[in-house]
Amino acid sequence: MPIVKNVTCPICGTFCDDIELTVKKNKVVDVKNACAMGEAKFLNYSDPHHRNLNPLIRRNGTLVETSWTEAIKKSAKILAEASYPLLYGWSSTCCEAISAGIELAEEIGGVIDNTSSVCHGPSILSIQDVGISTCTLGQIRHRADLIIYWGSDPYSAHPRHLERYTAFTEGRFQPSEWKRYVSRLRGVIGKKKLERASQLALMEEFSVPPITGNQFPPTLETEKERKLIVIDARRTHSAEFADYFVQVEPNKDYELLQAMRMLVKNEELEVEKVAGVPVGVLEKIVDVMIGCKFGVLFFGVGLTMSSGKLRNIDAALALTRDLNFATKFVIMPMRGHFNVTGANMVSIWQTGYPFSVDFSQGFPFYNPGETSAVDILSRDESDAALVIASDPVANFPRVAAQNLVKNPLIVIDPEKSATALMADVVLPSTFVGIEAEGIAYRMDGVPLPLKRVVKPPKGLLSDEEILRRILREVRKLKRSQRRSNA
Amino acid sequence: MQKMKVTLLSGRTINQGTGKEHGKTSQEYYESVAICEVDTNDLDALGIKDGANIKVSTEFGSIIVKAKESIRGPHPGIIYMPYGPWINAVANPTTHSTGMPSFKGIHAEIEPATSAERVLPLHELLKQAFGKE
Ligand code: SF4
Repeated sequence: MPIVKNVTCPICGTFCDDIELTVKKNKVVDVKNACAMGEAKFLNYSDPHHRNLNPLIRRNGTLVETSWTEAIKKSAKILAEASYPLLYGWSSTCCEAISAGIELAEEIGGVIDNTSSVCHGPSILSIQDVGISTCTLGQIRHRADLIIYWGSDPYSAHPRHLERYTAFTEGRFQPSEWKRYVSRLRGVIGKKKLERASQLALMEEFSVPPITGNQFPPTLETEKERKLIVIDARRTHSAEFADYFVQVEPNKDYELLQAMRMLVKNEELEVEKVAGVPVGVLEKIVDVMIGCKFGVLFFGVGLTMSSGKLRNIDAALALTRDLNFATKFVIMPMRGHFNVTGANMVSIWQTGYPFSVDFSQGFPFYNPGETSAVDILSRDESDAALVIASDPVANFPRVAAQNLVKNPLIVIDPEKSATALMADVVLPSTFVGIEAEGIAYRMDGVPLPLKRVVKPPKGLLSDEEILRRILREVRKLKRSQRRSNA
Repeated sequence: MQKMKVTLLSGRTINQGTGKEHGKTSQEYYESVAICEVDTNDLDALGIKDGANIKVSTEFGSIIVKAKESIRGPHPGIIYMPYGPWINAVANPTTHSTGMPSFKGIHAEIEPATSAERVLPLHELLKQAFGKE
């Protein structure tokens, strides 16, 4: 049976590139190296119950099968006739498709927004304001001796991040922290489960009390090897892996970040607690941060989605900058989808802006808060939409989703998502990274190829091909309109 | 009926992650997402059993999901729901001019669901919210 090696995993921003797939009769039958999420995708993606296998169009309230020609024509007509169409999604497809999408947005004078507006959009706004000190994940893997996750639960959202790039990886200059964690685990769970300790640790339903509160481990300050600190409003599974867990009160991250900045600058805090964290403990954490050789702060949507949003990121970026006066420190957003970084990159090349780009005035205009998908929808301004490779009906707040569904809606998706079920036209595409090739950008901005390991089901087109066909049809419509006007 | 004021957080879970890769219309996805993790003592105080139906309300709407006893407690006054269509019935759409709605730290109330209230499967939830099938 052929084994395909070095496959990239088209799911989360970790974008692992070491997956091994066994392919039998054009079907993936075995998956090596992937996490549970990756494995579930490679083994189940082709399940016909959850897949769109034919172009669909809504007639008398129900979705019925149609031909590609009709589906493309209908989509082009909807988009060409709309006065303020929204093109949304993009983070789970390849750069080539995104590039075609931007061309389409320009042609129809619409708004093109990718999922970063509801994910790390605030981080991007803040990076544009403050600047960022960052590096690639390879650097971190080999050199970082202090790893902090703030408002991010890698165990759940980026399952192999810890093992591939940070605390639990064997770097050239930094050993893995795994052994230390397992020996602590043994102390906690008793002799009976001793042998199973390391397997248990990775199970979802397994929980041990994290080291937190006043139990600040004294060795953390003297420890030379890799250390892991997790800061979150909620005790996550990742928090239990950490050498120390800081529980911040919900919506108080900003206070905590600014308090840390004060301590880095040797100022006194004249309170007992900040955001629920005793100042004594906070001082120790800051000492560990200043004392490390190469520190990294990964931050997740726990910071961008809670109160303060981009201002939280301002403070985190500024804290990193301050720390660089004492040691080396970098910071990186934990990007969610495997190509959300690529969506920003391509958008920057072609329009100058990373997301929420409005072409309605004939030139690219960028003002998140005004030209971002949730805002446009909440204000009920768009009159048609094309959604690709994302599921806003499931993931947007109710009012925004309702206004999206109310107007003509085109969906390009291999899967039957909630959004596809609500669409007026469904264009079934191939799974990029499994059935189609492309390029995507890992969270640290490193581009990697997406492989084609099996042949797609008959009659399905790639995201890029579908968009190019719509674009051609739109141009045709516009030409004939111009001719009839002349 | 007794109610309790709480703070609602939402986010990813590994089960939601694998559930969605089984397919958005799959049973795995439904079971991993139409839930709400609550602190053990809070559940007791409301007289809700692990796995029973619970009603979560915010100023933006209300939704019935399955209550799940949190294994990562204690976190009194904090409830947690995975991303998905169910949480979005109650999420805060305000973006404060950033483009980003507030998915975390939402003021909410929880109470036991009445016997007439049940957890809607995806199709019914969509039909109820958007009037389409
Ligand atoms: S960590 Fe992310 S990229 Fe890596 S295998 Fe899991 S889902 Fe795929």
